[in-house]
Amino acid sequence: MSASDKDENWSQIIRPTGGFSAFNIVELWRYRDLIILFVKRDFVSVYKQTVLGPLWHIIQPLFTTAVYVMFGAFVKIEYGGIPPVLFCLSGVVIWNYFSSCLVKTSSTFVGNANIFGKVYFPRLCIPISIVISNLMSFFIQLSLLIPVLVYCKFVKHAGIEPNVYLLAFPVLMVLLAMLGLGFGLIVSSLTVRYRDLVYFINFGIQLAIYTTPVIYPLSMLKGKAVLITSINPVTPFIEIFRYSLLGQGTFSLPAVLYGVIFSVVILIIGMIVFSRFERDFMDTV
Amino acid sequence: MSVVIKVDQVSKIYQLGQIGTGTLASDLASAWAGITGKDDPNKKIDDESDKSTHVALRDVSFDVNRGEVLGIIGKNGAGKSTMLKILSRITSPTSGSIKIKGRIASLLEVGTGFHPELSGRDNVFLNGAILGMTKAEVNRKFDEIVDFSGVEKFIDTPVKRYSSGMYVRLAFAVAAHLEPEILIVDEVLSVGDAEFQKKCLGKIKDVSTGDGRTVLFVSHNMEAVKNLCNRVVLLEKGGVIDIGSPATTVNAYFKRNTNYFGHVKYSATNAPGNETIILLSADLKINGGDILEIDKGVAINFEFELRQSFDEFNYSLNMFAITGEHIFNSQSASFKAEKGILKASCIIPPNLMNNGDYSISILAVNKGSMPLFNFENVLQFEIFDNRKDGKWFGEIGGAVRPKLDWIL
Ligand SMILES: Nc1ncnc2c1ncn2[C@@H]1O[C@H](COP(=O)(O)OP(=O)(O)OP(=O)(O)O)[C@@H](O)[C@H]1O
Ligand SMILES: [Mg+2]
Repeated sequence: MSASDKDENWSQIIRPTGGFSAFNIVELWRYRDLIILFVKRDFVSVYKQTVLGPLWHIIQPLFTTAVYVMFGAFVKIEYGGIPPVLFCLSGVVIWNYFSSCLVKTSSTFVGNANIFGKVYFPRLCIPISIVISNLMSFFIQLSLLIPVLVYCKFVKHAGIEPNVYLLAFPVLMVLLAMLGLGFGLIVSSLTVRYRDLVYFINFGIQLAIYTTPVIYPLSMLKGKAVLITSINPVTPFIEIFRYSLLGQGTFSLPAVLYGVIFSVVILIIGMIVFSRFERDFMDTV
Repeated sequence: MSVVIKVDQVSKIYQLGQIGTGTLASDLASAWAGITGKDDPNKKIDDESDKSTHVALRDVSFDVNRGEVLGIIGKNGAGKSTMLKILSRITSPTSGSIKIKGRIASLLEVGTGFHPELSGRDNVFLNGAILGMTKAEVNRKFDEIVDFSGVEKFIDTPVKRYSSGMYVRLAFAVAAHLEPEILIVDEVLSVGDAEFQKKCLGKIKDVSTGDGRTVLFVSHNMEAVKNLCNRVVLLEKGGVIDIGSPATTVNAYFKRNTNYFGHVKYSATNAPGNETIILLSADLKINGGDILEIDKGVAINFEFELRQSFDEFNYSLNMFAITGEHIFNSQSASFKAEKGILKASCIIPPNLMNNGDYSISILAVNKGSMPLFNFENVLQFEIFDNRKDGKWFGEIGGAVRPKLDWIL
């Protein structure tokens, strides 16, 4: 290596990879068009499906909500004055966004081996585009929530009061996306080694909903159950969303702080792990 | 001359086998067995194989100059594809570095990421972005791409409704307008029909001669390599053996990779034969060089020991393709042979044989019809192709390829 090497303006330098560097972010930014096009592709492919495709985004939350409400009525859950449908649906919508981010980004490597084996682009483009695409389904579900809310407020005159905390909604979504993405990146990295992990995750995520206040208010819990539920980083997001929408329920500042820090940290860890395993994966294609 | 790719001490070590069992279920079972002190249900008899590694590239260094067509040759498993994969960043090197000026594209990428539900237009943009084009760039070239593909009528139809021909044309059009500074081509000649081969080779020639773009070309087709490349890198077991002009490097490759026996020598104890005649030695003498090419003559020299005299003796030489096909038989004139050492040469003229692998057998005959001994498979050798006009690099069929006179 001579000094003259520095004079030359190489457009690209390939070195052994692994580890995460600021460079990855810069490069990712250069590929923003690609991310947008991936999102567009996802959008079109959902939209072009038979009616059942988009409809599923509505049926699924309605159905789960109905089940939770019936369950709540059966075990006599006290929702603190909030209409049960509204209580469960608001939780389900948030939880669905998080879980779909996690589950879908988990199969980044397994699902894209073919493209990854042929051409290089920052692999992170795929999970990031998934997280953005999932907003589509989220907003469909949200649009379901609004009529229910209006109905409860103006027809049933339930004491619900959307409030100024709704302004935090975009931030909340970003943090939730970061959380889902962070977990998804870690899981997808592990799938490089454990191909069957995706199934475990699909199953596990359905159980994990019981450690969040989707179905029951936190106030109902006692002892260890409270601890488990507060450890779940999605909990504060559900709480604050519900509070901002309904003006009821609880949320504590430390819990919110915990949710924020957790999301940021898990995303950073996710990105580091992802860029490390990316290399191992490439050797298997 | 400016260097556009600088490969510096690149090594690639593959991890063979898997760490653990590859599924969470069985790894958990193993862990559980460990905890409870039972036998691991997934234990392999041969645990060593799991942790071994394979060196696919070892300290490879070379430079590529702007506008040059660099060939990379070597036997199967030499590491050629691995080198190209590292260059196109599909996989990363274990050590070393590569510096690059300009965009690299490979013919592998044609149609990557095409989505059936998307229209032709959307796919052009998506595919372009996957291949590394910016939106502005695709916008600028869009009309040209559509023109080239000839599917303008259907450009807003989902590509799932395209015929496979239209699909490929559109995909190829995007790739063709990528205008990479550096094009990577791996073995295209071994796949696809003659038409497609021609198209690809044409593309390589265009690209390299046209506007000073650079091509890296991996192939087992030595004719194509000799005709298209300016310089050739010879890889063997992951290391660079030779870098140089196509002719010399291809020859070096031939020399290292042909396992024929062009000469044999026997002592009295192991010589083939019987009580009448034994073979002492045989060899090939190539006229003008040490690589046997189709346009070189060759003399096949034999040395026998005759254990008795014959009044009327002759040879009958048979040439076989290595696959067993009988190519020809040639008989010598009869002569009076005395007991003792006996030498003979059979001369195969230039421009008779096709390229390929051959074996020689020779039969000693008494009185024109009584075989004394058939020396089978005395020599094996390869005759290499050597095409100078360089238009067609595919296989030329036929057992022989005689150069005949034409009246035109
Ligand atoms: N993903 C992988 N994991 C483990 N070993 C690999 C992997 N890919 C390639 N190898 C090994 O690395 C060596 C070099 O492979 P490579 O594909 O580069 O050879 P090549 O020169 O292209 O051969 P060919 O002429 O057959 O295409 C081979 O021994 C191959 O078995
Ligand atoms: Mg190869």
